[in-house]
Amino acid sequence: MDKQRRDQPRKDTLSRRSFVTTVGAASVIPATALLSPTAEALTPAAPPAPSVTPSDKITYLFFNAAEVQFIEPACERLIPADESGPGALGAGVTNYLDKQLGGAWGAGERLYRSGPWQPGTPSQGYQLPFTPAELFHTSLRAISQDLAARGTPFHDMSADAQDAYLKSLESGAHDLDGVPSAVFFDMLLKMTVEGFFSDPAYGGNRNMVAWRMIGFPGAYADYFESIDQHGVKFVREPMSLAEDGQGHLHMRPDIPANL
Amino acid sequence: MAQRLKEVDVVVIGVGMVGSIVAKELAAAGFKVVGLERGQTRSTVPEFQSPGIHDELRFDIRKALMQDNTREPVTFRNQGSQVALPLRRWESFLPGTGLGGSMVHWNGQTYRFQANDFQLATRTRERYGKNFLDPDVTIQDWGVTYDELEPHYDRFEYLLGTSGKAGNIQGKIQPGGDPHESPRSREYPTPPQKEHYQGALFRKAAVSLGYHPFPQPSSNLSEPYTNPEGMKLNACVFCGFCERYACEHYAKSVPQTVILPVLLANPNFELRTGCQVQRINLDSTKKKATGVTYIDAVGREFEQPAALVITSTFALNNVRMLLLSGIGTPYDPATGRGVVGRNYAYQTMSSVASFFDEDVFINPFMASGASGTLINDFAGDNFDHSGLGFIGGAFIGAVNTNGRPIEYHPVPPGTPNWGKGWKDAVVKHYNHTVMFSLHGSSVAQKQNYLDLDPTYRDAWGQPLLRMTFDFPQNDLKMAAYVTAKGVEIGKAMGAKQVAGAPRKAPYTTQTYQTTHNTGGTVMGADPKTSVVNRYLQSWDVPNVFVIGASAYPQNATWNPTDTLGALTYWAIDALKNKYLKNPGPLVPA
Repeated sequence: MDKQRRDQPRKDTLSRRSFVTTVGAASVIPATALLSPTAEALTPAAPPAPSVTPSDKITYLFFNAAEVQFIEPACERLIPADESGPGALGAGVTNYLDKQLGGAWGAGERLYRSGPWQPGTPSQGYQLPFTPAELFHTSLRAISQDLAARGTPFHDMSADAQDAYLKSLESGAHDLDGVPSAVFFDMLLKMTVEGFFSDPAYGGNRNMVAWRMIGFPGAYADYFESIDQHGVKFVREPMSLAEDGQGHLHMRPDIPANL
Repeated sequence: MAQRLKEVDVVVIGVGMVGSIVAKELAAAGFKVVGLERGQTRSTVPEFQSPGIHDELRFDIRKALMQDNTREPVTFRNQGSQVALPLRRWESFLPGTGLGGSMVHWNGQTYRFQANDFQLATRTRERYGKNFLDPDVTIQDWGVTYDELEPHYDRFEYLLGTSGKAGNIQGKIQPGGDPHESPRSREYPTPPQKEHYQGALFRKAAVSLGYHPFPQPSSNLSEPYTNPEGMKLNACVFCGFCERYACEHYAKSVPQTVILPVLLANPNFELRTGCQVQRINLDSTKKKATGVTYIDAVGREFEQPAALVITSTFALNNVRMLLLSGIGTPYDPATGRGVVGRNYAYQTMSSVASFFDEDVFINPFMASGASGTLINDFAGDNFDHSGLGFIGGAFIGAVNTNGRPIEYHPVPPGTPNWGKGWKDAVVKHYNHTVMFSLHGSSVAQKQNYLDLDPTYRDAWGQPLLRMTFDFPQNDLKMAAYVTAKGVEIGKAMGAKQVAGAPRKAPYTTQTYQTTHNTGGTVMGADPKTSVVNRYLQSWDVPNVFVIGASAYPQNATWNPTDTLGALTYWAIDALKNKYLKNPGPLVPA
């Protein structure tokens, strides 16, 4: 297949997608800049980050109400909203956590779960019998009890006090009913970053806010024409999995599908 | 009770790259070949297509293409005095599974080893004297030379269509290529891929320091190519989803794009997927294999008799297959006796991050798995090691493969792990950082080995493989040395801040380093220190061939796949022209 034939369907895809995106997000980028990832698209204008409104309400299926009171402000402290864009809460990270922990990942997907169990060295990694779902419920219950004993629930603390408490969890100062708090914190932070940067299909990174913030063009692009235009800022609406593909298969007449 | 099937000429365990090539050649030569693959069938269409294939969470983080560790993990410890525990998730290395094997998710980095590497023990002794190394280091010669392998390297690279620039054709140094490489018989099949910005910045700085940068040899192709099997590949579009992913474009050379359709069209070959081989069966003399026993996807047990058994699984699984089958003497680190599991080695990976101002747009997401620029000036034995106290080296290169942000968001040392400070640094540096990889060699050492775990078992009730490994002092010294060189190049690029991260001990399984696990069934000239002879034939059971990176006596500077392809064609040549005409040991023990 020659290059022209290869490029053609991709350009069609881009122009359809860009049209929809431009209307939907009320973007100020000129439509010509969105037609293809070629020189026209390499303009110095950055797309504005769309705002995320509190009306994007999350239906929590995994976390109970008390857990939400910790997890929402905690995630927002890990990735706070600021002038560069929304934080974890605005990006829907807690929705991502809720759906992951309530699904196969929470139940121990891809986790070897046979005993015997014993603590390992750091280089041997996670060695607790808890699934991620069990680990979160256990840890959050213990945190809630700990904070009740101290007199102030997490969501009533100042931001500085919240940070100090999170740091104490990170340093492993607490035994969360058998879970070393550093293990819980590590999993919380990892999953928060995942939810922030993963595809919106998973419930976080709403409107691809995190991708816009850093300039990642998303799930797919053909950079054949732009890779050797060195040092030029690449400006294009990011593309999510929902927009990638559009049912187009890269069929080869000489190689059958389903080998 | 196992159901006994009709005998075939050849059974191949594992239908990845090696298995596909071996099966194709032997089926074409008229032999009845059965391929047993534990994973599922996968094709470019429909499995590797959009939108699903560009999902960082599913493939990078959840590791969708990898060996099912819930059924078949590895146990690990740094030292023999510790209790090995199962790796409950993959992190440090990522063995694949399914039709096409681990090569489906490779990056396409296609390097040859150098002539020196195949005679490492001899050449080190000659150049630096016999007491140069730590006495625990157990490096040895391969029993095969570069010159013997050269035609097979060439054949494999032309199968893949590798894109690159030769540096040495038949002894004549070629401008633009790697002047340190051992002579190749002809130019690469296709020209190099386009150079990304990181590569261009690196190239300029390396030249200013007197080094010899060259384009990374890539099996993500620069232009359309038809290989000698008649398979047609496309040009890569630099989408930045190579390693840990399959390619939707027929642009990455993997079994599905270079050979499997040819193999599967041959009626002499039968593919059976979902088949977990339990062991290679031996007769009462223990010197002859009678076939294999496997359990299929629905749990039925079969015995497949065969005249010849080839195990062509991932390196770690080749070792385990021999241990489970009782082929060869297991290695004992206390006495140094035994061979199976001996000389397990890895790769010593370091990195350098160079941080630029926010008006320098690096665009890390525009990349293939092998579109970088690098130098071999500090690789292998390309520099004088006198007085340095180590052997080996690293290639240093701007060989970053992607900008997928869950995994890739570089920040300078001292940045907080979270909070506003972290977020500010991520925003500030994501598109303004150049990453170098320092891809280092790995010596074998007597304390590092593989055996069967005494406690933990797989889903079929068989013992797991146990890995005992930590970085040898030799390699830690090497990592520190080459990282300092990399930092100098970063500074010469004009970066505002340069941070070197030399690999340090202890080895941790918790951060990804590389899937270049080698050794354990090493090849050689002496059955006391090798599991297979120079043709990859078992010393103990001559109708078993063990083909994989498990044959490497130690690991060299570079990515192992090209050398494995060369060894595969080398072994096939011996099978077709020697063994199958007159079955028996090809080298007297």
